[in-house]
Order: sequence, then C-alpha cells, then structure tokens
Amino acid sequence: MSDIRHNAGAAGALAPREYHLAHEPHPENGTSLGFWLYLMSDCLIFAGLFATFGVLGRSYAAGPTGKELFDLSLVAINTAFLLASSITFGFAMLQKQKKNVNGTLLWLAITGLLGAAFLAVELYEFHHLIHQGATPQRSAFLSSFFTLVGTHGIHVTFGLIWLITLMIQIKKHGLIEANVRRINCLSMFWHFLDVVWIGVFTFVYLMGVL
Amino acid sequence: MGDYVKGFIFAVILTVIPFYLVMSGTIQDRATGLVVLGAFAIVQVVVHMVYFLHMNGKLQGGWTMLSTVFTVVFLAIGVAGTLWVMYQMNSHMMPTHESAPAVSQPAAAEAAAPVAAPAVEAPAAEQAPAAEQAPAAEPAATESAAAEQPAHGGHGSN
Repeated sequence: MSDIRHNAGAAGALAPREYHLAHEPHPENGTSLGFWLYLMSDCLIFAGLFATFGVLGRSYAAGPTGKELFDLSLVAINTAFLLASSITFGFAMLQKQKKNVNGTLLWLAITGLLGAAFLAVELYEFHHLIHQGATPQRSAFLSSFFTLVGTHGIHVTFGLIWLITLMIQIKKHGLIEANVRRINCLSMFWHFLDVVWIGVFTFVYLMGVL
Repeated sequence: MGDYVKGFIFAVILTVIPFYLVMSGTIQDRATGLVVLGAFAIVQVVVHMVYFLHMNGKLQGGWTMLSTVFTVVFLAIGVAGTLWVMYQMNSHMMPTHESAPAVSQPAAAEAAAPVAAPAVEAPAAEQAPAAEQAPAAEPAATESAAAEQPAHGGHGSN
C-alpha cells in the first residue's frame, strides 16, 4: 500500500516523498506462526526423547519391566483427563470468539482442573514407582521413561501456570487484543501437549506392557 | 462447536480401541502391537491437528503446513534412523563367547591370553617375508629399510 503511495508521489510530485514504509512489514497475526515454529522445535525435543526411549526402552538391567510396573487403568484415566481438557479448552476458545469473558474463564478453569488432575495422577504414579524401587537410576529403561514422561509433565505444569496467569489477565483486562493473542497461543500449546501424550500412551505404556 | 465435538468423538474412539486391544489381551504380539497401535496413534494425531489445531494448507500463507511437514520429515528421519542404527549396532556389538568372560572375569582373561596371542603374532609373521622381499622388488632402499625395522622389532619382542 505504501509502495503505491510512494509511486504516486514520485509521479505526481504532489505528495511528500516517503523513503521508508509507514508500517513495519510484519505479516498479520505473525505471533501464531512464530509460536507454531516454537512448538515444532519442541516437537524435536520430544522426537529425541522418544528415540532415546525407543533405544533404551527394553534395557531393564535385570530390573522391573514395563509389564510389571505400568497400571494401564491409571494411564487410561490420565488420558481421559487430558483428552477432556482438550475439548474444554476448545469450548473456552468458542466463548472467546463470542467475546464472553465469564464463559471463557469458566471453561479455562475446568481445563485447568483437568490438567491439575492429570498432573496429580502422574505424580502419584511416579511416587508409586519410586516407592517400589523403580527409580530413574535403576535401569536405562527407567531413566528414559522418567525423562520422556517427566518432560511432558513439566510442559503440562508450565501450561497450567500459564493458564492461571492468563485467567488473571483476562479477569483484569477482559478479552483485549493481547489476551486474545495469548489465549490463541496457549490453545496451540495445550493441544500440542495432548498430541505428544498420544505418542506417550501408545509407545511407552501400551507398547511397554506387550 | 461442531469441529471440536466431532474431533473429540473421533479422538475418544481412537483412544479407547487401542487401550481395549491391549488391556483385554487381544494383542499379545509386539510386532502386531507396533503396527496396529502405531496406526491408531498416527490417525489420532492427524485428527487432533485438523479438529483441535485447525490445521490446513492455507494458514499463514502455507508456512504453518510447510514447517509442520519439515518437522514430520525431520522427526521420521531422526527417530527411524536412531532406532535403525542403534539396533544394528546392538546386534553387531553383542559380546561373543570368547570375549564375554574375558571382560567380566580377570581369571578368564589370563586363560584366554594364550589363545589371543597367536592372533596378534600373525600379522607380524606375515609382514616379515614381505619386508625381506621388498629390497629385491623395489629399488628405494630407504623405504624398505624403514619397513624392515618394525618387522624385525616384532620378531625380537616375541
């Protein structure tokens, strides 16, 4: 647009000449793409951890195996929590589109509770494993298991902190442009964690008991 | 609304089936499990991408899709390559019957030493005649002298 104005100015010599663009040539909504690129690089971290688990996942060092340790019903509950939190975040996004602050906050709160329930179950599982002597030091299998699942858990923890922070921000300032941008990014982050969890429950837990 | 509910229903189905297959004991075999469960996981990831993350080829002028495709390719090469290389290495580096006790027990190492010694000697013995022939074959005396020395040294130590 400024290019056209510049040309017109040069041709007609009526408007003052512009030697720089009036606006930064940033693409519209560039944060979404940037955040997506961050998620893709995060994906590479998980790729490395999955590959490590794939290599070391059967190196039990005469210690306990996945079949002995994993309680699939607990994992199923955990998966249900995370999957449900994905759709409740979706409902929060729909409320955001309707500019409904209270509705957004309500669904975000439910999402947060489901995320907290997920973390609680995971911490219980880790505590149970360590109590049984299945610590990360026990075998290469357990080292890679705790690293992979723990890294995912840390992501959920930070997602939860972000969620609470965002709820306070929305409560305080409403659904202003900055908060809409933040909730869009957190939505991507949250769904991304669910995608990673698909890999975890499939290749770590379900394959682990076979 | 419709997209999220549809995606959620698909995701639930794609989660329940693999859990059922494993927990009921329908899948016992590891190879079958990898193929079947892997297929369910891939389909579910696509469902999440489409219905929850609203992925399509037009987002951000195609850059979202491009970066995703790059990541998937990178991920596939990285994970498959790691598993392939490490599996091959594991199967090739497995300790043999002779070397395994030698590593774990010092006493066995001493017993294995006489067996190992001829193997070390053999290259030196092979080199020796070659070095003696060298002056006749090659006119360069300095090179052959240099070749002879290590060979004779090897004999002396034995």
